[in-house]
Amino acid sequence: MIAEVPNVTLPRLFQISRAVKETHDTFTFELKPLDGGEFTFKPGQFNMVYQFGVGEIPVSISGDPLKKTSIIHTIRAVGGVTKAMRKLKKGDVLGIRGPYGTDWPVLRASGHDVAIVAGGIGLAPLRPVIYHVLANREKYGKVILLYGSRTPLDILFMKEIEKWRARLDTEVAVTVDRASGAWRGNVGVVTTLISKAHFDPAKTMAMVCGPEIMMRFTVQEFITRGVLKDKIYMSMERNMKCAVGFCGHCQWGSNFICKDGPVFRYDTIHDLLMQREM
Amino acid sequence: MENLESVLKEHAFLSDFPDELLPVIVGCASNVRYDTEQFIFHESEEAKKVYLIRAGKVAVEIFVPGRGHVVIETLEAGDVLGWSWLVPPYYWHFDARVVEPTRAIALDGECLRKKCEENHEMGYQLLKRFFTVLSSRLQATRLQLMDVYGAKADW
Amino acid sequence: MRHFVPGNDKIVIDSKELQKLFDVLLRHGYTTIGPTLKDQAIILDEISSTDQLPAGWTDEQAGGTYRLNKRNDDAWFGYVITPTSWKPYLHSPAAKFWSAKRNGRGFDVEEDKKEPAKFAFIGVRACELHAIAIQDKVFYGKEFQDSAYVQKRERAFIVAVNCSVAGHNCFCTSMETGPRVTGHFDIALTEIIDGEHHYFVAETGTDIGAEILREVSITPATEEQVQQAEKVVVKTESQITKLLDTTDLKNMLARNLENRIWDTIGKRCLSCANCTMVCPTCFCTNVEDVTDLSGDHAERWRKWDSCFTVRFSYIHGGSIRNSTKSRYRQWMTHKLSSWVDQFGTFGCTGCGRCITWCPVGIDLTEEAAAIRQGEKHVAVDDEL
Repeated sequence: MIAEVPNVTLPRLFQISRAVKETHDTFTFELKPLDGGEFTFKPGQFNMVYQFGVGEIPVSISGDPLKKTSIIHTIRAVGGVTKAMRKLKKGDVLGIRGPYGTDWPVLRASGHDVAIVAGGIGLAPLRPVIYHVLANREKYGKVILLYGSRTPLDILFMKEIEKWRARLDTEVAVTVDRASGAWRGNVGVVTTLISKAHFDPAKTMAMVCGPEIMMRFTVQEFITRGVLKDKIYMSMERNMKCAVGFCGHCQWGSNFICKDGPVFRYDTIHDLLMQREM
Repeated sequence: MENLESVLKEHAFLSDFPDELLPVIVGCASNVRYDTEQFIFHESEEAKKVYLIRAGKVAVEIFVPGRGHVVIETLEAGDVLGWSWLVPPYYWHFDARVVEPTRAIALDGECLRKKCEENHEMGYQLLKRFFTVLSSRLQATRLQLMDVYGAKADW
Repeated sequence: MRHFVPGNDKIVIDSKELQKLFDVLLRHGYTTIGPTLKDQAIILDEISSTDQLPAGWTDEQAGGTYRLNKRNDDAWFGYVITPTSWKPYLHSPAAKFWSAKRNGRGFDVEEDKKEPAKFAFIGVRACELHAIAIQDKVFYGKEFQDSAYVQKRERAFIVAVNCSVAGHNCFCTSMETGPRVTGHFDIALTEIIDGEHHYFVAETGTDIGAEILREVSITPATEEQVQQAEKVVVKTESQITKLLDTTDLKNMLARNLENRIWDTIGKRCLSCANCTMVCPTCFCTNVEDVTDLSGDHAERWRKWDSCFTVRFSYIHGGSIRNSTKSRYRQWMTHKLSSWVDQFGTFGCTGCGRCITWCPVGIDLTEEAAAIRQGEKHVAVDDEL
């Protein structure tokens, strides 16, 4: 007898239960499954999100891993599909496949200082880590969030960042690349925050997400501070079409970003990172 | 004076500075304090001092007609503000505006230059530290120039 | 996939009896695919009779060259290899996965459920059996399986035929994939023309293969016939001249990503993607979402894609592999280096199709050798 093989390309239908404009080009959807079931994921994983008649794109999950009744996606409108998605409202339906990919080392980070560095929309895939770490605060040493964005208007999750900053058991710093005189915060690239952050390099787990160049510079700063290469993680990005290892698009050297990533340990990808056009 | 010396020794910029040379620097130092929105210096003024920031926040900025104040970078405790005192003809190229009440040790530029000429070991020790600061500022500026977040993809 | 259990007994099938094999397979519900003469080439197509086999024809292949020649006998499988492989039958160039209909503010998804094709492949070469086994590793993933592929693969019946002639571009001996058929088949045949006597020596590799063969012939092959069959393969093996040195090949390429040879290839390569289309192991696809004009009906399709296109590596802001050089490097290092990390085997079977069908005749065996040679030169330069 020939076994039935499930069709992994079929999406599960979710309804937008909340649509929030985050910044001028970024928005967040809360999605609830139409089948009433649950959705579980690990921090750092992503979904393939399909809009009827428009297309399908990979989007990291930006919500709380403890909340199993909904999915949160924070999306930046930069391409055709994301620009169409921005127009969707509460009640509209999306197709979801996932969760896919590797996750951030929140378990391995137990007993460590946790240094999270995010750039731009890169804060979205790291927000589940912050939720997890704060929900299990006693398991971690110092918790540091360093966030860089282009301008003050591009800062994601501003209210939440303020809440995290107000806690006594976190160290939160935000910086922007450019600002007018009205901005009271830091100006300068996010890497400049690392040398001043208070963590013990010998027992720090670093997690980095943002544009590839920003990640490369950030990792250098961590190494300069003495963080071990096998305790630095970063989330990579390549074109993804199927997310299950069949389409070949997301290959990066020997890796399929969709299943061997998107989260990689730095020492395993160092050589690849230094190769151009891979 | 002894108090000033220990303050200088604590500052990140001079943390591993040779003990025997510190008194030379103390001779050029004074303790300064600025309030919010005060300008520490303005573009095109004579660059008389360098500031080792102990607390607060200072914006290095430039006024652009039509755009107002454009902030290049902000500096905080542990940072060094100003190197125009080292480069003839010693004029500031930017404005330094206080964003949060700031305390700093100001070192007199002319005094430092004189001491460096007299004592090249001291000059080398000082320039070595300034070069490190300059290099990291240049790298940060290059990264800033790339405008990396402008081209970030959609997930 | 079926378990490979080589049968002990070799069976002989007279050429006049081989039609029975088609008949039996057809009776069992298979669509029989085999070589036939069409468009001045020996191609694979749906055939149901031995009359449709390319009797008396062979092919001559070289870098950027393919032409048919008349043989001096009437052999049915006396050709090297077909331009395209069996890949399109198992891994469709275009496949519809599902369709969706608008329903208010939402939509309903309907899986494209049709009975998967049940193919019998007749005339699969040793290198091609390996190619299928390589694609099996891709689509029978550890976590996910590709249903479109697996459904057809599970049903496919494979009749292998040992090569009786090798071409200029064959290098299966280097890749250890041929010319001798050694596994992954249901039935394997060796074609023998001994004067007036035209017959096949058959062996089985699976239970179902044995079952089908029993309906075709139960005549045991004589010791002499078995030896004749052995001679065919030995002769073919001796014809193979092209070599690819696989010594440390995976690591050698991995440490030569900046070798200057890539620039030279980049200037020759037209980025036409022919090599990826004819390659029996290339599996890359694009996912396409299409809608009708009303906007009420949408479909999800999967189509073959190629790493030689610029948009293949596109992410917002631009393509990762912009230069031709980087795209050729991606293809070749995938075949001969990173594939080993990913799937434990080379992604190349030595079939030579990419050499034959390259419009400018780029030969990956020569390029691999040049890179290896270039590496030595760099070492010498360092010593000066």
